[in-house]
Amino acid sequence: MNGPAHRMRRLHKNGVRTRLTVFCILALALIACSLFSEHLCPYDPYAQDLENALAAPSATHVLGTDRYGRDMLSRVLIGSRTSIASTLSLVGIIMVFGTAIGVLCGWNGKRLDSLVMRISDMFLAFPGLVFALAVAGILGGGLHNAIFALAAISWPKYARIARNQTLALKEATFIKAARLSGSTGTEIICRHILPNIAGPVLVTGMLDIGTMMMELAGLSYLGLGAKPPAAEWGSMMSDARSLLQTVPWVTFAPGVAIFISVMVFNLFGDAVRDYLDPKAGER
Amino acid sequence: MRKYIIQRFLQLLPILFGITFLSFAMMRLAGSDAVEELYSRTGTAASQQVIDAAKAELGLDRPFAAQYFTWLGGMLTGNMGVSYITGRDVFDTFVSKLPATLLLTALSVLVTLGISLPLGVISAVSYDDKSRNSRSRLCRAVTVSVDDLIRLLSFVGNSLPNFFVALLLMRLFSLRLNILPVISNGVTLRAAVLPTLTLSIAMSAKYIRQVRATVLEELHKDYVLGARARGVRGAVTLWCSVLKSSLFTIVTLLALSIGSLLGGTAIIESIFMWDGVGKLAVDSITMRDYPMIQAYVVWMAIIYVLVNLAADVLNYLLDPRVRRGVQME
Repeated sequence: MNGPAHRMRRLHKNGVRTRLTVFCILALALIACSLFSEHLCPYDPYAQDLENALAAPSATHVLGTDRYGRDMLSRVLIGSRTSIASTLSLVGIIMVFGTAIGVLCGWNGKRLDSLVMRISDMFLAFPGLVFALAVAGILGGGLHNAIFALAAISWPKYARIARNQTLALKEATFIKAARLSGSTGTEIICRHILPNIAGPVLVTGMLDIGTMMMELAGLSYLGLGAKPPAAEWGSMMSDARSLLQTVPWVTFAPGVAIFISVMVFNLFGDAVRDYLDPKAGER
Repeated sequence: MRKYIIQRFLQLLPILFGITFLSFAMMRLAGSDAVEELYSRTGTAASQQVIDAAKAELGLDRPFAAQYFTWLGGMLTGNMGVSYITGRDVFDTFVSKLPATLLLTALSVLVTLGISLPLGVISAVSYDDKSRNSRSRLCRAVTVSVDDLIRLLSFVGNSLPNFFVALLLMRLFSLRLNILPVISNGVTLRAAVLPTLTLSIAMSAKYIRQVRATVLEELHKDYVLGARARGVRGAVTLWCSVLKSSLFTIVTLLALSIGSLLGGTAIIESIFMWDGVGKLAVDSITMRDYPMIQAYVVWMAIIYVLVNLAADVLNYLLDPRVRRGVQME
């Protein structure tokens, strides 16, 4: 009875591992693409060539050119640096910041905990982008402000997860044992708690990359993120939207780029979740 | 019943207080240069005296706490000051634009329900059938079920930014097929089609998954197996028991996703020139019209919190389990 079930589980695990490897490679390829984008660009992404403006996709300009005659492929490539790097740093910031707050709250408990949790309740009461819009609006446009705005609304989620995990772990026998044997709080947090809560936090972070990328691009689209002439996918799309009827590729090329990257990171996130948390992966 | 609602509402008070305080503090932190901004926009170089006078007129020179309580009192009585840009009453402007956004939200929720409830249930049932009927893993791997298709669709929908969807739909329906207006010239149903569709696509993609997971969890419970063993037809169990008890989770999840819908309307409204509060907010942000942004943030948060309260109350009314649980406490 046990044999086939066991084999099935192992097969499932193997499948998940293959998926993880494939999507990890794809995600790394995207990141590498954004890191070395300058060297991959066939043309200078900022060089204007007005004679050749709004050229249709052809062999010389694979994705056509925009209204200043800039090569779209080069711009999409160079835009990947802004989009991907800022998304990854955003997710990194909220992961570290949120987890740190959550662990501190869960470990110390008492007043600090209830205070910070009330504050996070407040942040969670704002509907998604509304608060980010306001923060970006107050600070003014710019990529850094957009990142800050999104970080301000997304840390509570991580603080919640880290806090709940820490609270659950705090009462575990091995933590008590560590405490009995004379470890200080900091030692226990670094050596026992953080490694144990890393899984759920990491999974949440990986699954958030896609959403964050879309929201960041959305803010840029509204003119609250990166500003033209800087190549960023969201602002490139909004820059070209008046040309939607005549030259759709100028709008659609960055859109497809966002779509592909979000999809790759989502698939990667799903694979990481299935790998670290097999129970959730069965559905 | 009434006790429960009052109790839930009292729990909300600190959150509402926090929301207003946070919005106010945020705006005030940046608000000091609004006056200078206002004058620099008109192109006149204002002397310090003029600036001080303008600040005094707008009440920006008083202590922070005093400003907050004046503002809070004003907000509750529908007096949120005047717009820095147009000089019109903020609350009136906001209220006049609110119905358009609420209409858009309501339509999107309806369309989302229409899309994702059937698809989510079909997807869950199809997965359940597949995992029960096909014994070998190989068989499972090669057959493509309805579930796989629906999951693929929801995955694609999840990876498309809503403004991209908006532009794609615009290109297809307005520019290619020429059947719908590119930008709305007024709040009409014809103009509402594309924004509604855009918002529903994004929301359905998420919601299908949640419906599917909820129904699937319910399908795996023992009573379903028990009903099967007793010879109850699958459809009967599905319609009479499984859907009924999944409904509560589905309602709660819907209320939660309205949050992202309310935020999403800002981008979509500006793309389609839909004259609602989202577009108003984006316009105000570009013009640094702080009282307007403030009104938007506060009221959106309040609406969201109230929608969640309504969902809780609805759950309480519908679900005997919750009702009993509350009474036991």
